[in-house]
Amino acid sequence: MIDINESVMQVLLAFIVVGPLLGAATALLPAPPGLKGKSPEQAVLRHGVTVTGAILIAAVVLTLGFDHDHPSKMQATTDISWIPALDVRIHLGIDGISLPLLVLTALLTFLCALYSYFKMPAGPTPKAFVALLLVLESGTLATFAVLDLLLFFLAFEMVLIPMYFLIARWGGEQRTQAAWKFILFTLLGSVVMLLGLLLIGIKAGTFDMVALATDNGRSLTTSVQVIAVLAIGIGLAVKTPMWPLHSWLPDAHTAAPTVGSVLLAGVLLKMGTYGFVRILLPITPDGFRTFAPYLAAFAVVGIIYGSLACLALAKQGAKGDLKRLIAYSSVGHMGFVLLGISTMTPTGVNGALFANIAHGLITGLLFFLVGALKDRTGTSDLDTLAEATGAALYGKAPRLGGLLAFAAVASLGLPGLAGFWGEMLALFGAFDPAEGLSRPAFLTFMAIAAFGTLLTAAYMLIVVRRVCMGAVRQEAPKLADVQTYEFAAWTPLVVLTVVAGLWPKALLGLTDPAVQQLLAGGTR
Amino acid sequence: MSSPVQPLAVNLVQSVDWLAIAPPTIAAVVGLVVLVADLFVGEKKKALLGWGSVAGLAASTLMLLPLLDGDRSTFCLTGAPDVCSYTADRFTLVLQLLVLGGALLAALLSVTALKDADKGLPEGEYWFLLLSSAAGAALLPASRDFATLIVALEVASLPAFALVGLRHGDRKSSEAALKFFLSSVTATAVSLMGISFVYASTGTLYLTQIADRIQNVDGQLHTLTQTGVVLTLIGFAFKTAAVPFHFWVPDTYVGAPLPIAAYLSVVGKAVGFSGLILITVVALPSYADVWGPALAALAALTMTVGNVGALRQQATRAYSAVRLLAWSSVGQAGYLLVPIAAAAYSDDAEKSIGSTVAYALMYAAVNLGAFAVAALVGRTKSLNRVSDYRGLYASNPLAALLLAFFLLCLAGLPPGIIGLFAKVTVFSAAVDAGLGWLAVVMAVNVVIALFYYLQWTTLLFRAPEGEAAAHRVPAPLTAAIALTGVLGIALSGAPQLVLRFTDTGLF
Repeated sequence: MIDINESVMQVLLAFIVVGPLLGAATALLPAPPGLKGKSPEQAVLRHGVTVTGAILIAAVVLTLGFDHDHPSKMQATTDISWIPALDVRIHLGIDGISLPLLVLTALLTFLCALYSYFKMPAGPTPKAFVALLLVLESGTLATFAVLDLLLFFLAFEMVLIPMYFLIARWGGEQRTQAAWKFILFTLLGSVVMLLGLLLIGIKAGTFDMVALATDNGRSLTTSVQVIAVLAIGIGLAVKTPMWPLHSWLPDAHTAAPTVGSVLLAGVLLKMGTYGFVRILLPITPDGFRTFAPYLAAFAVVGIIYGSLACLALAKQGAKGDLKRLIAYSSVGHMGFVLLGISTMTPTGVNGALFANIAHGLITGLLFFLVGALKDRTGTSDLDTLAEATGAALYGKAPRLGGLLAFAAVASLGLPGLAGFWGEMLALFGAFDPAEGLSRPAFLTFMAIAAFGTLLTAAYMLIVVRRVCMGAVRQEAPKLADVQTYEFAAWTPLVVLTVVAGLWPKALLGLTDPAVQQLLAGGTR
Repeated sequence: MSSPVQPLAVNLVQSVDWLAIAPPTIAAVVGLVVLVADLFVGEKKKALLGWGSVAGLAASTLMLLPLLDGDRSTFCLTGAPDVCSYTADRFTLVLQLLVLGGALLAALLSVTALKDADKGLPEGEYWFLLLSSAAGAALLPASRDFATLIVALEVASLPAFALVGLRHGDRKSSEAALKFFLSSVTATAVSLMGISFVYASTGTLYLTQIADRIQNVDGQLHTLTQTGVVLTLIGFAFKTAAVPFHFWVPDTYVGAPLPIAAYLSVVGKAVGFSGLILITVVALPSYADVWGPALAALAALTMTVGNVGALRQQATRAYSAVRLLAWSSVGQAGYLLVPIAAAAYSDDAEKSIGSTVAYALMYAAVNLGAFAVAALVGRTKSLNRVSDYRGLYASNPLAALLLAFFLLCLAGLPPGIIGLFAKVTVFSAAVDAGLGWLAVVMAVNVVIALFYYLQWTTLLFRAPEGEAAAHRVPAPLTAAIALTGVLGIALSGAPQLVLRFTDTGLF
């Protein structure tokens, strides 16, 4: 959109990846004179807002400078040798696939930092909180920006420790077990993924994703590809998470602090699906074709399973936790993403990428809202909230209720909002899967997944009915309505959800050319 | 040192390249000097002995620098100048750096430990034993014949037994020493027998000559040779504390003075696996089909048993921190064995060996760092339980952050980047060699290990139970912690510094 010098773009991208790390290091140091603020706690939280804000601005400038006419071309690339012995290069770059995710990450982290500035989760010192948040941001941004397999693995691992501590130290009940479950599951997955990455790197002679994607699997035999896809796929599927490897997710979400849940659902899960698109599709197409029907099958089971779990949780008397319910709905939504990817068609993959972003925005918003509700009422248990008739949020706190209803409706995929396009495109993709994939099988998957959307609508509407509606009792305690800082943190998500719903081309125009080229072999 | 005046002597007497053998020699000589000086130094000035030893070890480490320019060999056969007993090639130099550097750090820890023990440990003997053991350990990677190898092994081990049992009147200490001694001597005896079998069938002790001749031994001697190979390997497997020869480790580490436990965990391991590398890759490459699977199985067993052992440690038991480090060192020995096993299957054995060497360098730096922090905590909490580390961040933030970093390096997770990439090289050696099953076993082990490393790490940042009191940290301890910390962080920024050994030939 605006013309920015290529070397400035390089510096911007490098800053986006490294900036949060430097910010994390400085967060641990005492504040310099002049920046001391009211108290050390306030100063460090403000530091967090400043750094994430700077990163967000850099990401926005990067988007403006991005050549929107050639989104399939890697831009702002840096390629420096780092560890020649292992052939690891610091290779950074963005294209139409990674740019939206990069911006989403920067945005969500900034909103989280802003939200915690006003509403710090209960726990030990904010100093460590801010440092961990920034390391987490750096790891996620790096995952989307690196173009080297081993560096990708490094970035993938980098988020584990910060997220573990965020859950274990600032979380709610059962946080220790949840944090352990999170880190052990993910680590086991990612170590297996490392084996697959090494296999590819050793057999193909390079770890460079661009070179490997251009090669499109020609230098890898089918058997190598099959093993590599299996190993890498397991690692990514744990992260995504794909049914039946999802069991860490509901626990982690339930226990995590609001900010942790937002980032976990909004950004961390995308690292898994991004890996599917960036690594498996272009680098090992033959191996992926072998597993695509299974992946699709697991994906639709995930959709149905997630929806049924949500329905069960939403039922009266089930003692369902709202955070857990949203976590299960994530399993369903990520099922659509995986279904889209497994079709191996431009339509499906574009849908998957769109659903990725939409899920980040909507579920991020949902977790913010439920977190706020929990802060006000002290519980996220649906039965306690709803009592006999319903929590009557419309009556007690109309703005909060309205926002919750909006997010729920967006999540169920109402046309005109962001949630709609991704799932519809994924279903379209499944209607006509790539050559070599069994059409009848995918038609079945499509039908089941379409049924899943109905179930999603059902439980979301039940939640809205039970939380937002109901009779307001006279003696009921007053609930504070949406505060200014909450508006500040949530408005961007609401606006983007509407914009992406009404103007999907903004996003699809970026991803489509990149996906076309990725599937045809080669980026650049 | 040839001189034209004595042509006859040149033929009969081996020439000695003093520069090449300087590193182990200096350590040995300084050890003797310290032992003698102990008799003449007054009670008040005993600390001088310690600093003298530290200086000696530093000097012998520095003497590695002039050797960097190229391979040197000495003590060569007068008839065949390319068959030598002592070679200072890259492999030797890297391992000598590891051994002498490790000994230097252990010595720094010892200075404080001896001061704190307050005459509980005899200073002169302590330093003499430590330096002799270091000299032996430095000699071992350079030796290229079985006789030198065994002599070096014994010079490295015998003083270690004494060091373990040095605490006067401590029953646990002497029991540990006895355990260590008996099992170690048995292993040496077994490997001596193996060596004699190999000598019987090949008629030489030089490793390179064995490599040639063992391929065409008499058919009758075939069984003898094979038995010899297996027995020789067993002896060295013991030194690396590979399962099932690991049982001495936890008790020995707990019974020994802490700096000695640190020394054994790094230098003792280095001795074992450098001997193992020399025997397998240099002397017996033609027997790869025998030692390859054996080492692979040994590696899988060792890491599993070590990590499960570490997992089972209770945080509140006495000395559980040292126990945990001991068991984790068994697990790490398993990772170290993986590339050696992979060398049997891969076309480029030196590359695999490089992975072991790189991993060992990483492990030495961070494990010594963890022991250094343990020594620091042990000064105030003499029981050294894992639960004593609770709230370390409150009383000593820097030490806590560094210990967390060291533990995460050992676990192989960012921010311990060097630990992560060291594991990646080991994995890649295994995958490259087609040992997929071993890689998967190792993957599971990495996850098991993360559990106890991270559990300990979390404890550091918990709210302290009692009053957190800051203590003055003695200078030698500070130096040791700072040195290892700087090393670990520098390597995390530039992993190429150690990983380059995986890329270039070592021999």
